[in-house]
Amino acid sequence: MNPEKEYARMGKRSITNSVSLPAEVIIHIITAAFVICCILPFIFIIIISFTEESSLSSIGYSFFPQAWSAEAYDSLFKVGRPLWLSFFNSIVITVIGTGLSVLVCIMYSYGMFRRDYPYRKFFTFIAFFTMMFGGGLAPTVMVCRALGLNNNYAALIIPALVSPFNFIVMRTFFKTSISESLIESAALDGSGEFNTLFKIVVPIAKPGIATIALLNALAYWNDWYLALLYVDVRDMYPLQYFLMQMQNNIEFLKRNAAIMGGGVAMEALAEMPSESLRMALCVFIVVPIAFAYPFFQRYIVAGLTIGAVKE
Amino acid sequence: MSMFSRKNKKIFALTMMMMPGFIWLLLIRYLPMFGIVMSFQDYTINYRNPSLLSNILNSPFNGLNNFRFVFQSDRALVMIRNTLGYNALWIVLTMVVAVAFAVMLSEITRPLLARIYQTLMFFPYFISWVVVAYFVYAFLAPTYGLLSDMSNWYFNPDGWPVILTLATLWKTVGYSCILYLAAITGIDRGLYEAASIDGATKWQQVWAITIPSIRPMIIILFIMAVGRIFNADFGLFYTVTRDSGPLYDVTTVIDTYVYHAMLGSATELGMSTAAGFLQNLVGFFCIMTANTIVSKIDNESSLF
Repeated sequence: MNPEKEYARMGKRSITNSVSLPAEVIIHIITAAFVICCILPFIFIIIISFTEESSLSSIGYSFFPQAWSAEAYDSLFKVGRPLWLSFFNSIVITVIGTGLSVLVCIMYSYGMFRRDYPYRKFFTFIAFFTMMFGGGLAPTVMVCRALGLNNNYAALIIPALVSPFNFIVMRTFFKTSISESLIESAALDGSGEFNTLFKIVVPIAKPGIATIALLNALAYWNDWYLALLYVDVRDMYPLQYFLMQMQNNIEFLKRNAAIMGGGVAMEALAEMPSESLRMALCVFIVVPIAFAYPFFQRYIVAGLTIGAVKE
Repeated sequence: MSMFSRKNKKIFALTMMMMPGFIWLLLIRYLPMFGIVMSFQDYTINYRNPSLLSNILNSPFNGLNNFRFVFQSDRALVMIRNTLGYNALWIVLTMVVAVAFAVMLSEITRPLLARIYQTLMFFPYFISWVVVAYFVYAFLAPTYGLLSDMSNWYFNPDGWPVILTLATLWKTVGYSCILYLAAITGIDRGLYEAASIDGATKWQQVWAITIPSIRPMIIILFIMAVGRIFNADFGLFYTVTRDSGPLYDVTTVIDTYVYHAMLGSATELGMSTAAGFLQNLVGFFCIMTANTIVSKIDNESSLF
């Protein structure tokens, strides 16, 4: 399961039985072409965000702009309060959401993992069944709203708190790293269940917990769906939804500008952020992920492979 | 005596640990299941006490009318066609492309390069659809977009089956590829050495060893995807298309229909609930069937 070790092993295999040189060159060309396609849009967005507005209006978005400028980032920071508030919201949601969901996941999957826990099968079924059947979107939204999840942080955290898929991943981590005798001997030493879990089991299962925490943190950082369903107050927007709404507002004004014959809508449109500014905001959102990505990637790979294979 | 009480204490403590997750599941997953009753109702707001519960209790039942309305609308056929069509195409395409790249990556003799490829390929998986929508917009935007000369993209539905397909492959191939690669790295290297001593070419080895070895993984991912064939990716169809009305013919899927209908009138709310319920019901049988098939092939890999 450790990709680095696997690659090292693959590198060591005998040279006599590997693909021929021309074949390998072709493989490199095909793979590299696909890889470039994977990161090209990202590079394009960065270039646009550094393109001077005059270049945009004459030749549009281009990989080779006529003039460069960091103005978009200047005006991005001038957006001021709404942007910082969204940034703050995203951080709060990600931190609290990740912390809570990891805690819930550890405890629930620990119970699913313990063979000597008589209600293990019942709780496992309760979680698994929701992966296959649900009430549907409208009833879920209406129930959540009725429970008070409306225009508050709870609405942006609680509906995504639990993922049965993460329970499976975590339980598998427990299965592969914790021996039953360890738990038994802890119990004989008089350790209570909570003490055993948090003082003995959790430190051993750290890599698994890191995987779950990263999956959750990414889900919360990338979330716009909960905001779409439960939030209509601008001060509560997380970053992703802020970006999404920015586009919607501009489209709306453009459409109405034609109908209303310009005037007010056109003026409002002129005050709206420029094209390059929106791309700068995109970059601003993706950059934290891009920088953290090389470090967290292998944890997620480990988690996903385990979750999918379900040993 | 002490044995007994200690055992009870243990069960109590473990049950307490289940409680946060259990309560969440009850409130956020099981309670809404009772809301399915709305799909058999003419949902009306009870103005004396407009809470969800009193609205549901006081709404008149209308039999299967909501379901009839869904199927009478001209959207029904379109959204079922789109949901099934796109999913069927993408399941096959993702599988073929991801397996191909996994095999190629595994044959690269420079581990560092293979790792760089894999890392970059996986990156799109972590980008939200909202940001992907901007990526696509950079290419297709009217007047400014790189490809704006070719078509008025957000008003002309013609190109969208291809655009949606490319966006999906872009975002998901890296993920599937990693799963297949993990399966390939688990293959005993001795098999390849033996085959090469017997004079098998690399191409023959791929077809005779690699593909058969990862077949269980291919089948499992395939069947699990088929089990979810009635569920479309809402983010893709809603954000990447900018929810543009002129495109609805090729971009309406069950999930976007359910969302739009939910925001509409009371009648539409009933239709939304009915369509969502049907989707879940059919999806349930698909997953059960898929799981039965998986457990027949490979008992270890079945979901339950």
